[in-house]
Amino acid sequence: MASLAPTFGRGAMTNHWVDIKNADLVLIMGGNAAEAHPCGFKWVIEAKKTRSAKLVVVDPRFTRSAAVADFYAPIRVGSDIAFLSGVINYLLTNDKINHEYVQAYTNAGYLINTGYTFNEGMFSGYDEAKRSYDNTTWKYQMDEATGFAKIDYSMQDPQCVLQLMKQHFAPYTPEVVSKVTGTPQKDYEKILEMMGECAKPNKVMTILYALGWTQHSVGSQNIRTMALIQLLLGNIGMAGGGINALRGHANVQGITDMCLIGASLPGYLANPTDKEATLAQFIEAKTPKLLQAGQMNYWSNYSKFFVSHLKSMYGPNATAENQFGYDWMPKIDGAQDVLALFERMHQGKLTGFFCQGFNPLASVPHAAKLGQALAKLKYLVVMDPLTTETSEFWKAHGEYHDVKPEEVQTEVFRLPANLFAEQEGSFTNSGRVIQWRWSGADAPGETKGDAEIMAALFLKLRDMYADGQGANSEPLKKLHWPYRIPNKPSPEELAKEVSGVALADVLDLKDPTKVLAKAGEQLAGFAQLRDDGSTSCGNWIYSGSWSQVGNLMARRDNSDPSGLGQTLNWGFAWPANRRILYNRASCDANGKPWDAKRTVIKWVGDKWTGNDIPDIRPDAPPAEVSPFIMNPEGVARLFAFAGMKEGPLPVHYEPFESPLAENPMFPSNAKAKNNPAARVFPGDQENFGTADAYPFVATTYRLVEHFHFWTKHSWLNAVTQPEQFVEIGEELAKSKGIAHGDKVRVSSKRGKIEAVAVVTKRIPTLQVNGKPTHTVGIPIHWGFKGVTRPGYLTNVLTPYVGDANVQTPEFKAFLVNIEKV
Amino acid sequence: MTAQMTRRQFFKVTAGGVASVGLGALGLSPEQVQAATRPFKLERTTEARNICPYCSVSCGVLMYSIGDKAKNVKAEIIHIEGDPDNPVNRGTLCPKGAGLLDMIHSPNRLKYPEVREAGTSEWKRISWDEAITRIATHMRADRDANFQAKNADGVTVNRWQSAGFLASSAASNEAGYLTNKVLRGLGMTAIDTQARI
Ligand code: SF4
Repeated sequence: MASLAPTFGRGAMTNHWVDIKNADLVLIMGGNAAEAHPCGFKWVIEAKKTRSAKLVVVDPRFTRSAAVADFYAPIRVGSDIAFLSGVINYLLTNDKINHEYVQAYTNAGYLINTGYTFNEGMFSGYDEAKRSYDNTTWKYQMDEATGFAKIDYSMQDPQCVLQLMKQHFAPYTPEVVSKVTGTPQKDYEKILEMMGECAKPNKVMTILYALGWTQHSVGSQNIRTMALIQLLLGNIGMAGGGINALRGHANVQGITDMCLIGASLPGYLANPTDKEATLAQFIEAKTPKLLQAGQMNYWSNYSKFFVSHLKSMYGPNATAENQFGYDWMPKIDGAQDVLALFERMHQGKLTGFFCQGFNPLASVPHAAKLGQALAKLKYLVVMDPLTTETSEFWKAHGEYHDVKPEEVQTEVFRLPANLFAEQEGSFTNSGRVIQWRWSGADAPGETKGDAEIMAALFLKLRDMYADGQGANSEPLKKLHWPYRIPNKPSPEELAKEVSGVALADVLDLKDPTKVLAKAGEQLAGFAQLRDDGSTSCGNWIYSGSWSQVGNLMARRDNSDPSGLGQTLNWGFAWPANRRILYNRASCDANGKPWDAKRTVIKWVGDKWTGNDIPDIRPDAPPAEVSPFIMNPEGVARLFAFAGMKEGPLPVHYEPFESPLAENPMFPSNAKAKNNPAARVFPGDQENFGTADAYPFVATTYRLVEHFHFWTKHSWLNAVTQPEQFVEIGEELAKSKGIAHGDKVRVSSKRGKIEAVAVVTKRIPTLQVNGKPTHTVGIPIHWGFKGVTRPGYLTNVLTPYVGDANVQTPEFKAFLVNIEKV
Repeated sequence: MTAQMTRRQFFKVTAGGVASVGLGALGLSPEQVQAATRPFKLERTTEARNICPYCSVSCGVLMYSIGDKAKNVKAEIIHIEGDPDNPVNRGTLCPKGAGLLDMIHSPNRLKYPEVREAGTSEWKRISWDEAITRIATHMRADRDANFQAKNADGVTVNRWQSAGFLASSAASNEAGYLTNKVLRGLGMTAIDTQARI
């Protein structure tokens, strides 16, 4: 989500599942919702049926989503930015943009520093040795008199964002795009036209994407390119619009919100680093300065969110005198993503490792490297309901996993965890709706819940440290542990702690005679958080999910008076039960809905009201306060002056394993072949294959019958899709003498798998840069554990490189060879 | 319901091919099916509402269990179906979710703590107490050896970088929150989740 936050201010799916039915045009690209999110995809069909919406699918394969599309076009894996940049070029040159929206709600008119340049695929400020950019020249020009950013509302100044974009995207003509992507030009032009239609204020497009966009070395920029299109068309904030990231796992949104990520703390607060020695320095560094007069700049409340979080961590031990326990919070040093962790493990720098419901041997690239890394650990702890491959990385499983146990000195513990059906607590769906779940059964054997296991480990360590010996134990002794049964914190207790409680009376800031919440009461929402230690809140964006009224996540009133599918009394959506983010942008500058039939909110003279919780201060006059309240300029960023490692505007770079010798957009600059800011560890560069030995483009994907590496343990799913296969097109099959049903070997520079060949018309051969390009499709669901037939982990093939911003591995575009066995 | 087919088999068949096999193709009308089954099988069950743990559509499910929650009686789920009240899935489940019951009863579920000692080739069952004690002993030794209270510039950093943790995206928000609290409380920073994969 590192692309959405630098653009809009928040990194999450903007709309929600049911809202898809309000769209006029649905684009599915970088995903295959019909197979991966079937019951959500139903709302696409609803849009087609009830409002004659059109569905466009762009994918290297003719997928099950494509099978019900109004229009399908093929594309080469890893060329999405070129495809979408051509759309931007088309919208700008043919004036298919919502002018009023672009002018008032985006930074199109903002003037950029004159030092900013873009030449031969590289932006100004590149440091080749560090493979990173200094973004000083990407900033706004500032007006010294007012202290705010300079704007040319006519959007004519050559340094304004709109003009810079026109220049930047001009090379992506339909001919060039077709050459780079392999999408036939006439198909492409048809899609351009369909999208261009949505510039009309009452025509709305939505986009559904998933890992097909994120799992690239340019993943974040794939999404940003689409975000730019949606802004130019004026589709962000609209019912039936937005940019909809279909998350993978059931609660991946919730666990991301809880920020089980080294670099962040719950609610997307930053984890302090060595640069911020004190709480005051940290708050100063993280609180954005206002960039435009009168804007909300909601992150200006940073200190309230952060101090309330520290209070939830350290309780009464956190006081103003000790900076609310700031020093106890570990400071991070360097990258903490899974690729960085396994790299450090591979270098022998980790002693212990924990996998909680996570099977990295199956789901992280380059399985051979992972196996070597795990063998260097002293101890590995796996907490899982199932027998994962990771837990048996040391065990020989024939041709599928060839190791010698006696050579692996890692001590491995396997702790049985319970499954969804045996747990109570909340899950957050892709559309940010938090729903409560109730347990229906006892877990088998001696199984325990994840929270109980964590509590057991923590309490044991705290006991051990009672001896006062060893490393600093103060932080863990000060941790607030108020649970009634200490070794079994209940979901209710935890949910209330996450939502937030008043520790002293919380007073109205405008009228201190009014008490908003009495000491001991649950808070109504994040507007009541304070930075003086009088409130505690585990995760500010979940604030109000368990208010004084009760557990709002457990609400089950599915009434929908607006007919838009908002169901405001079903569960609780973060933030503040808002269902459509940036919904203020669904109205024009006067507060009138762009499309009255799809009114999300509207201005009624003195306040905002309507069918959603307004994403703006309820009394903010429309002409004065802009809709993107999380950005300090109040508008969305077409040009991201910060937050994107490889540049403020998207650029097409080839995947790290590409069938082409150079980047066809910048053939004379070898440095711009791949993402210049992506991180490559020493040793991994040599493990990238080239097209002479591995001539075919490969991509991994999921099937409707299986979920990742879990359902191979479930009989019904195993019966419906029992055996590993790979898909290839007819032309490739013919040239390699492979028939449908043959056993084939697929190899990359890093390893090989063997599987049954499915020869299909669904994978077309594409003409890329004048050459035929074949694609090998590899479903991921098999492994050496499960009730399916044993198979190979697909990730023995995949390359060890990730997106420059969030390090999502490049699973979707790499090179292989294929032979009949 | 015909004598040849139980409700459960019926679900299996239809779920396996939701897209291609209609009820008519099985020679059944939905009315017959609904009218004949529920009173028999689900009458003595307890209903609980939960959510499919697979994809992020997060379909609502109704789970039916037997066992009256009396002491020493284990509740067991015998049937799962889509929750018709849930505004997103409106009672539907996809082929992944249709197999949930088999996931719960998978033969590959772990039931007891186990250890694989260094260099050996088998699992050994151990008690929770032994597991937690041994793991915590490893953690403490590692933390004591590698904890950094201050960096070279004298800034308090209080971190323990030599142990890593991958957190589950199938855990509840509450379990995730507590996991985070414990990890940062111990000073761990090498933390990641499935958001990327
Ligand atoms: S039933 Fe299917 S669509 Fe629904 S949450 Fe489960 S996997 Fe997703």
